[in-house]
Formats: sequence, C-alpha cells, structure tokens
Amino acid sequence: MSAATESYYDRRGLLQTLGRDGLIQIILILNTIVMLGPLVIMFFAAFKTNAQIFQSPFSIPDFSNVANIVKIWTETNFLRYLINSAIVTGSSIVLILTLGTMAAYGIARYNFRGSGFVLMFFVAGLTLPLKLAIIPLFILMRDLGILNTQLSLVIIYVAMGLPTTVFIMTGFIRTLPNELEDAARMDGASEPRIMWSVMLPLVRPAMVIAGIQNVVPIWNDFFFPLIFIQKDALKTLPQGLTTFMGEYTTDWGVLFAGLLLSSAPVIIVYIVLSRQFINGMTAGAVK
Amino acid sequence: MARMTLSGIKKSFKSVDVLHGIDLEISDREFVVFVGPSGCGKSTLLRLIAGLDTISSGEFHIDDRRMNEVAPSRRGIAMVFQSYALYPHMDVYENMAFGARLMGLEKDEVEKRIDEASRMLRLDPLLKRKPRELSGGQRQRVAIGRALVRKPKVLLLDEPLSNLDAALRSDVRLEIARLHREIGGTTIYVTHDQVEAMTLADRIVVMNNGKVEQFGSPRELYERPANTFVATFIGSPRMSLLNVERDGSNLALAGSGSVNVSRLPQSGERELVIGVRPDAMAVSTDENAKGFKGSVVYTEYLGENTYVYVRLGDGTLVGIRSSASVDLPPDTPVVIAVASEEIHYFSRATRERLAA
Repeated sequence: MSAATESYYDRRGLLQTLGRDGLIQIILILNTIVMLGPLVIMFFAAFKTNAQIFQSPFSIPDFSNVANIVKIWTETNFLRYLINSAIVTGSSIVLILTLGTMAAYGIARYNFRGSGFVLMFFVAGLTLPLKLAIIPLFILMRDLGILNTQLSLVIIYVAMGLPTTVFIMTGFIRTLPNELEDAARMDGASEPRIMWSVMLPLVRPAMVIAGIQNVVPIWNDFFFPLIFIQKDALKTLPQGLTTFMGEYTTDWGVLFAGLLLSSAPVIIVYIVLSRQFINGMTAGAVK
Repeated sequence: MARMTLSGIKKSFKSVDVLHGIDLEISDREFVVFVGPSGCGKSTLLRLIAGLDTISSGEFHIDDRRMNEVAPSRRGIAMVFQSYALYPHMDVYENMAFGARLMGLEKDEVEKRIDEASRMLRLDPLLKRKPRELSGGQRQRVAIGRALVRKPKVLLLDEPLSNLDAALRSDVRLEIARLHREIGGTTIYVTHDQVEAMTLADRIVVMNNGKVEQFGSPRELYERPANTFVATFIGSPRMSLLNVERDGSNLALAGSGSVNVSRLPQSGERELVIGVRPDAMAVSTDENAKGFKGSVVYTEYLGENTYVYVRLGDGTLVGIRSSASVDLPPDTPVVIAVASEEIHYFSRATRERLAA
C-alpha cells in the first residue's frame, strides 16, 4: 500500500522527466520530420515508376533504377533550363551582393546629408510587393525591348534583393569597430582599398546570409519567368519543369527527378555555406 | 626631426565645441602625455594630429609644414589604438606588412622592417598567429609593432594600457618607455591615468573641458600646479583644497581656527584657496597643538602608512598621510598642523596659482 502511494508520488510528468530542453528537442525533431518529409518523398519518387508512386508512395525505392534521371537528362531540355537558372540566379546574386554591400558601407560609414533617407528608401522597398507592379513592369520591359531576355529577370531580382541586403549589411557593418578603418587609413589605405581588404573579409558572414536569403526565392521563382520569358531556350527550371506536366502528364517519376535535380544545387550551396550562415547569425551574440 | 606646432586648434562636432583653441609646441624626440578626465578632448586632439578628423580652425605644423589638409598616412605619423584595431583576418606578419606595403616599400625592405620590429617586441614566435589567438599583452605589442614598421617620425598612443590587467600594465609601461628611447622619435601618449603620465612623460599636457590647463614637466606640475584643477588632478591621494581668509600672517578657516604661516602670497588678496598635499600635514590628538581643528572620519591602513581622513570645521574632508602606527577611531577630535613652506596658494576668484 505504502509502496503504491510512494510510486504514485514518484511518478513525474513528461515535462519533469524530460525537462524543458527535452521538450524543445521533441518539438524540434517533429519539426524536422515535417520539414524533411516532402523532400524525402520527392527523393524517393524520383527513383520510382508512375505505378510504384501510386501504389506505395512512402516505400523505399530501388535506388539503382535511374531511368527517370537518365530520361530527364537526355530527352528533355533540362540541362538548358538548369544553365538558364544558374545564369539568372548567379548574375542576380553577384549584382545584389556587390551593389548591396557598397550601398550599405556608404550608408553605415560615411556621414552625409540624407544618408538616413537613402537607408529608409531601400528599406521601403521591403514593403513593396513587386508582383503588384507586374503590368507596369511588363510595359516597361516591352518599351526597353528586353522582353524575352534574361536581363529583364536579373533587373527585377536585383531590385527585389537589394532592400533586404542593404538592411542586413548596414546593420552588420555598423557593429564593426570604427578603429579598424582608422587604422587602415593611418596605414595609408585608400577608401576602396579599406572596403576591399579590411571590411570585406569581415562582412563575409553577413554576405552569406544575404546571399542565401536571396538565392532560394530567385532560384525557385516561377512567376516572373512565366510573364517575361516565352522562348523555350531561355526558360528557367521552375518554369521549364511545368512543360513536363504537359508532355508527361502521367509520368510523375520524371517530374520528381527534375525537381530533385533542380533543388540539389541550392541544397548543396546551403550545406556548404551553413557554417558561415550560423556564424553570421550568431556574430556579436558571443564575443 | 619632428617638431610639432599647434596654434589655436579648435574642433567642433556640429554645434558642440570640443576643443577651444589649443596651443602647443612639442619638440623633437619628446615624450608628451595628454592627460585629463574623460571627455576633456584629449583623444579628439590626438585624432586631429593623426588626421583622422579635420581641424575646425587653427593651424597644425610638423617641422614648419602645414598639416591641416595632409592625409593621415602622409604625415609621418603612426598610431596605436585603444582597442588595438588589429585586422582580425590577417596574421601578425600580415598585420605589420599591410601598412609597409602600402608605403610602396620593396619586398625585402618590408621583410627587414618586420624582422626588426618583431625582434624588438619579441614577436617572432607569434608571426603566423591570428589576433584572436593572442593575449591582450601580445595584441598590444603587435599593434605597436605595426606602427613601428612604418618608421614614423611621430608615434601616437591612445590609452594603450587601458585594456590590460594591472600586472601587465607596469611591464608594458616600461616597454613603451624603452621603445621611445630606442626609436628616438616624438611620442604622444593619451591617458586618463596620472600615474602613467607622471612616470612616462618628458612633459605633460593636462587638459580639461577642451582646454589646456597646464603644459610642463611632471615635476613642474607636481610642485607648481598652475591652478586648482591641475593641483587636484596630479598626485594621489589628491591634494586638499581649503578656503581660507588671510588675517595678517594667519590663515583662518571657518569653524576650525587659524594657523600662523611663514610664507604668504605676494598679492594682497584676502580670500584664498590653499592646497596641501597629504604628506604636508600632520595629525595630532593634543588639543593644545597649533593647527586646524577637526574630527576623524575614517582611517585607511596601507601597510607602509595610514591615511587619516579628517572633517574640518567648514565641512571639507582632508586626507593626511601618517605613520602606520596611527590608529584613530572615528569622531576623535584632532588638530592638523600644516607645513607652511609646502602650501600652494590659489586665488579664490580665478582658481589660478598665486606666487608666494
């Protein structure tokens, strides 16, 4: 009897057994499953035939069956789309980071009349959904004669990416000690030189954050290519993949293989840069 | 040669005036220390000399060459920053080579200079390390090394010891004094610590509220302070200031009686401030002794001596150095004798020194 009561009082709730951290761990694990689930299904489906996908969508496939991947590589324009996406995303990111870092450095470090206004002007861009302006943009691109060129996409992506980039970079550059630049000035470095050899290596973590922040939406963007690009040879991956839906309405395996291959570059970039990404986010938190 | 002349240097940030007309003449090879409480403008003045901020008005010359508009790197000046400001992504060697390369020196000349500096500062084993892998003292030495590699005519140091722990401080202080002798350039050193100033300087510039209060050798500043600010700023524990009235050859202090002095200021002012250092006073418990009456507030036992703090009749608290054997409980009535030849006289109106 007494033993029973004791064991009753000894019994502890879930929270006590695991503690607060344990509970957070469980939530994070569940979150990971929810996040990774679709990716895993996509990965599995890329190795299955249509019939297998519908019969057993969650089963582990035979990974030696690469027919879908071979098919997408050889019988479709996939490679062309991949290269187009890489060109558009790559040049957009290069421009965003170059212009964004330079603008942020100027705003953060030089006292000039209206620097606050320039920053607010950039930040105001955060509140403006460019998709709302799609018709004027279309007219503008038509008048500029750059419809159906990759340039039209790059221009829009740069405009879309600059506000966040300038915002992130300005905040980060302001946390860097002024004395470093003064030291470089005493050493005889010119202003561009200070930015290039002293500041740039220090802002790299923030640039990685800004880069990833921009790479994912640009790489995945479907809307703007749909409006501005009609030539098949210029289509980007998300847009190009939709053509499979027409041609291979029934062949989900090929579509998933295409999705797998199109998401692979971004995932690889993310994994490679994740250390820098985390460093950047925790910069300043721990000295 | 690096003789520096500052005349009428003013600096204002927007509408705030930080420096109100600084005139200084610094000779070649001199070790000059700018000292003053925080916010007195000493670091601002250093930045103006370095060229990192622009001079609002006034003239700055090095060896008769006007420097107001000359770029920092072309003034022949190197600076060691308070936070050291080492480039975090470069190793020690690169940190020192950066400036030397920008001077357009040949590769082997750069190497030679780094070699020389690292030997002088014992940095050889550290050349391949990044700044974050160094201790505070080592970073300090690298920062000095980086400055020396440029072979400056003038070396500026902005509170170089403030980030070091107390034990390292005196070591580095000696090191800086040695370097100054070996290199033989002009050195300007900013600090708020008067002990650093006294031990290092050939001459000290005492600054307060954007003005130079006094410019002189440590001995001059200690023995003949120009005004009450310098008098209390230099010397530790501080000099006590007492408001007294002259009455013949007596000095009367409200509520504490009067003392007879052998030496009085030449000017005939009645209302005076006298400054007395802790070792120019003596405490006595004998009620009939001559001196100012007061009562003990507390005593500080420091091993070698004891400091007795006494509240005088007008409420002033004075510190007196006594022998270690003195142990007086609070509220003991005491009499303080003052050595009259060690009294500093100041005018009550202007707070300036009066010649005795």
